[in-house]
Amino acid sequence: MKTTLLTLTAVATLSTLSHAEVQTFDFKDPKGVNNIVFKLDAPLESINGTASGISGTVSADPANPGDVKGTITVDTVSLHVPNPVMKEHMLGEKWLNTTAHPTITFELKSVANVKRDGNTGTADVTGTFTLKGIKKDITVPVQVTYLPGKLKARGGDVDGDLLVLRSNFQINRSDFGIQAGQSTDKVAESIDVSLSIAGASPKK
Amino acid sequence: MQAGHTLKKLIRSASVLLLITVVAVWFVLGAHLGWTKTSVSTQKIDEITGIEYPVFEDRFVPGVEFLAVGIGLALALASVTFLPIFPKNQP
Repeated sequence: MKTTLLTLTAVATLSTLSHAEVQTFDFKDPKGVNNIVFKLDAPLESINGTASGISGTVSADPANPGDVKGTITVDTVSLHVPNPVMKEHMLGEKWLNTTAHPTITFELKSVANVKRDGNTGTADVTGTFTLKGIKKDITVPVQVTYLPGKLKARGGDVDGDLLVLRSNFQINRSDFGIQAGQSTDKVAESIDVSLSIAGASPKK
Repeated sequence: MQAGHTLKKLIRSASVLLLITVVAVWFVLGAHLGWTKTSVSTQKIDEITGIEYPVFEDRFVPGVEFLAVGIGLALALASVTFLPIFPKNQP
């Protein structure tokens, strides 16, 4: 009986410890620093835009970078290009159709090729990318930086940790039904995406 | 007849003035060879995370279509003076 109780206690303690290692990082950044840059080649000048309406959570165990789960969401209306006519077209029905598809999401599913160097590391993250309602599994290279105890240094009054994710990858607009096969003489088929986001995990 | 000549001169002067103004505005506001912008971004770096992020400011930067429309209007205005309603210049 005593052995059973001890075993149960040990399992419960280990379970609690193991659970405590996993941290949830909130990527809705009140400082408005999180951003995604997208670039498409075009004849006169490349179309350079940004997206700032980023939210979502990622659960990660800093000790085990391969164990990452979560979803990053981008509000489609937050996509911005400097030319107002171009922006209207981009958000309109023919291109991104923001009314029908208000978000772009990336749901993290698995992590591979994890390389770690102190509090930074790289990995190939596979997940489901949803754009204009079309889901596609893609693998993207991600650079991860874990900043323990740095949350308060950003101006808040709460202690906690930060997780910075950076990634550069390409998607094809035809894969997501964005004017597939059309206007390729005006706008390139491939879109270069560059993501730089920081998530906060406040200490409880 | 004299009034016709005066109007012709006035329209041609206006078209030249429009052309100069459009080119001058385009040049002074950045001589941008791309499309017109209504916002301009500057890059900043978050000290803690090292993330580079854009900060936007509302600013009008005329592009090539501004230049094209302006030059087109100036030429259209000048071409009006070649219509037969205006008297021909005396040799």
